[in-house]
Amino acid sequence: MKRMQKTTRSNFITYGIVIVGTILFQALDSAGMLSSLLSGLLVPLCYFMILAVSLNLVVGILGELSLGHAGFMCVGAFASAFFSKIMDGAMPDGLRFFLALLIGAALAGVFGILIGIPVLRLRGDYLAIVTLAFGEIIRNVVNVFYIGRDANGFHFSMKDAMSLNMDGGEIIVNGPQGINGTPRDSTFLISAILLLITLIIVLNLINSRSGRAIMSIRDDRIAAESIGINITKFKLMAFAISSALAGVAGVLYAHNLSTLAASSSNFGYNMSISILVFVVLGGIGSIRGSMIAAFILTLLPELLRSLSDYRMLIYAIVLIIMMLVNWSTSGRYMKEKIADWFRGLRKSGTKGVS
Amino acid sequence: MALLEVKNLGISFGGLRALNGFEVKIEKGQLYGLIGPNGAGKTTVFNLLTGVYKPTEGIIRLDGEDITRKKSIDISKAGIARTFQNIRLFKQLSVLDNVKAGLHNHYTYSTLEGILRLPRYFKVEKQMNERAMELLKVFGLENEADYKASNLPYGKQRKLEIARALATDPKLLLLDEPAAGMNPNETEELMDTIKFVQKQFQMTILLIEHDMKLVSGICEEVTVLNFGEILCQGETKTVLNDPQVIVAYLGE
Amino acid sequence: MSFLSYLINGISLGSVYAIIALGYTMVYGIARMLNFAHGDIIMVGGYAAFYAMVNGGLSPILSVLIAMVICTVLGLLIERIAYKPLRSAPSLAVLITAIGVSYFLQNLALLLFGANTKTFQSVVTFGGISLAGGQLQLTGTTIVTIAACIIIVVGLSLYINKTRTGQAMLAVSEDRGAAQLMGINVNSTIAMTFAIGSALAAIAGCLLCSAYPSLNPYTGSMPGIKAFTAAVFGGIGSIPGAMVGGLLLGIIEILGRAYISSQLSDAIVFAVLIIILLVKPTGIFGKKIQEKV
Repeated sequence: MKRMQKTTRSNFITYGIVIVGTILFQALDSAGMLSSLLSGLLVPLCYFMILAVSLNLVVGILGELSLGHAGFMCVGAFASAFFSKIMDGAMPDGLRFFLALLIGAALAGVFGILIGIPVLRLRGDYLAIVTLAFGEIIRNVVNVFYIGRDANGFHFSMKDAMSLNMDGGEIIVNGPQGINGTPRDSTFLISAILLLITLIIVLNLINSRSGRAIMSIRDDRIAAESIGINITKFKLMAFAISSALAGVAGVLYAHNLSTLAASSSNFGYNMSISILVFVVLGGIGSIRGSMIAAFILTLLPELLRSLSDYRMLIYAIVLIIMMLVNWSTSGRYMKEKIADWFRGLRKSGTKGVS
Repeated sequence: MALLEVKNLGISFGGLRALNGFEVKIEKGQLYGLIGPNGAGKTTVFNLLTGVYKPTEGIIRLDGEDITRKKSIDISKAGIARTFQNIRLFKQLSVLDNVKAGLHNHYTYSTLEGILRLPRYFKVEKQMNERAMELLKVFGLENEADYKASNLPYGKQRKLEIARALATDPKLLLLDEPAAGMNPNETEELMDTIKFVQKQFQMTILLIEHDMKLVSGICEEVTVLNFGEILCQGETKTVLNDPQVIVAYLGE
Repeated sequence: MSFLSYLINGISLGSVYAIIALGYTMVYGIARMLNFAHGDIIMVGGYAAFYAMVNGGLSPILSVLIAMVICTVLGLLIERIAYKPLRSAPSLAVLITAIGVSYFLQNLALLLFGANTKTFQSVVTFGGISLAGGQLQLTGTTIVTIAACIIIVVGLSLYINKTRTGQAMLAVSEDRGAAQLMGINVNSTIAMTFAIGSALAAIAGCLLCSAYPSLNPYTGSMPGIKAFTAAVFGGIGSIPGAMVGGLLLGIIEILGRAYISSQLSDAIVFAVLIIILLVKPTGIFGKKIQEKV
């Protein structure tokens, strides 16, 4: 059917952008044409895009405002880094990373369900603040974990490294210092493939029976109930899939650097908010839009690095101006005027040629 | 046996008695009207029948099955579908997807089959599209299938809501003021459509309406509610000529 | 006796949260927006008072007043430039703008004042009092903070219930459209709300920095989030709710830090919030909203 082809074509354009972009950056990188800064950003770009796309599933498709997305990323990061650390050398690297990915995604998904069950009963701003609270709790709790391993097996404490009572051996999770020496498995290619898989999962979900159910809940909960849609089931499904994908981003994050510590800048509410900014600026509900917004907004502060101290200030101003242009009445009027002007220009241009 | 049998249904909100001793029997294939002045408790009856509110007392039986105090979703599965007084469409979905959402429980494949695009996905989606288009054709909406639901004109939104309700393949269809906001021509057309639905789908329909022309034109029997109580019940012509009913509507 | 002194510290911190939460709750109730930048106004208030005292050599009271004036003007400016044009925009767009304003204030402060943490000198100059034979110390800052909170809550309640502008605020928070039809100037009412909220934030900033003397561009961020939590706790939009929520939050935080774990005190605060919202989904004093079908 015609309409089916239309959404399918749009989805394949999205996949195409990712594939072409991956080939391009991979080629530039191996030819040594990227600055070390940009080269180091390739993996982060991918996990930020995964985070934006997965959050859009909750914010845009399910229509609930979540401010705790970084918490699920944190779960995925720590679960997978812990696994990789204890299994380092015990199995082939490829298999180990594959299992780490599954574990990170699964545990983040389980957390998504556990947190989703109470949280999704709330609505609007209350839901937002509770997801923020959960995100902060996860980060705080991770910071008091001490896990070590010696000849006698695992030791666990929530107080300090001393109370592990280790007999030699190695401290794996060291409280606020986190996990050291995680194998650096995250390559750009793997990250790009995971981004592609994320997109396929989310876009296929949206254009399926379950996706329709999720969006019908967003548009009208009572009407959705009246036609027999199980509200709790589909809300939880969207929340869990979104969390699991954030967990995947966390796995990439953890295996991109050799040290992993939960701070307010990587897994705090500020990170959740940054991801939300990607989603909103990319267009709520537009999967391709949030991907592109994540790409541009991650690059922007780095490209502005020559402006050093001013870059974050400029970022903030750009953010405010974009919202004003997009949403204020006068901003919309101006946008239309400019669009008209361009249209006029193009018309007169074609006239000149003929 | 009646398709819908309601006995002694009542509900209080706090201390307020919104509905008291409501009873009705609707036979299969009947077109039944529920009328009464504003605030008489008509929509409350609908909300009780569909599980939005839980009754304080009373019994609701659909096709012999006790559905009193069941959840909305189970009542939908048992076979009651409805429309809403203030239209509740899935505004951002396409017209087609609104109807396909209504098909949710009858054409199924798992979420995993959907994500992995297994053959069953394509097969069932194709069936859903065909079925949804059939329903849209009944209401003359087939050319607007790709429109966003919120972009439809008012009258067509009402029709789409009925199409979505029918998609759940109900035994009983509840229409809450289907002609509200329509001009006489549109109302006339709607009456034909409702009649058509009754015949084509052998549907039992209970409708709330203020437009007396519509009620007297298509309803076989009516119940009049006033201040949460039944004022009068029976054949449409008889009831509408009842002096008590005229007083309730026009005042003394 | 140590429990009592923890409790008093908790009430003191809670009073600061309550003052911030009042601003949050008023802006939310009347403008229907989450002003994420509210916490950063606290930071600006702290810096204003700091420079007035250290560089200007002004008296603490004058410095607090200057901080209040600066924050009020700043709050009005932000409202006029960033929020007013978005009055009819979706709430998420306004939220993101508020986040932008928050980033802006933090980074502007970073440029103007540097990243180094400044040691704030208490705005309260008189010493504390000693009770129970020296076992219980009440610092001047603690006394003033608690007193300020009480005065502000009482004053604000009177203002809202007794004055015309206060009544206008109530009307706008109930139904903006109807208030406009009744001849209330909605724009100036919302501006007034921002002015009051920002002035309160300035006071909160000075008191917060007096009790915890480190001041940097991110000082206001976490207290801002916690005060928002407090406002939700008490039922957002409710003034007594904000006070009770703030006090409760401060007490839980200090007691949690003392008796359970200093690293987990934030987690405990948020866990209590979650439990309260699950039991009472609209907060302690929140109104129950029923959707009409």
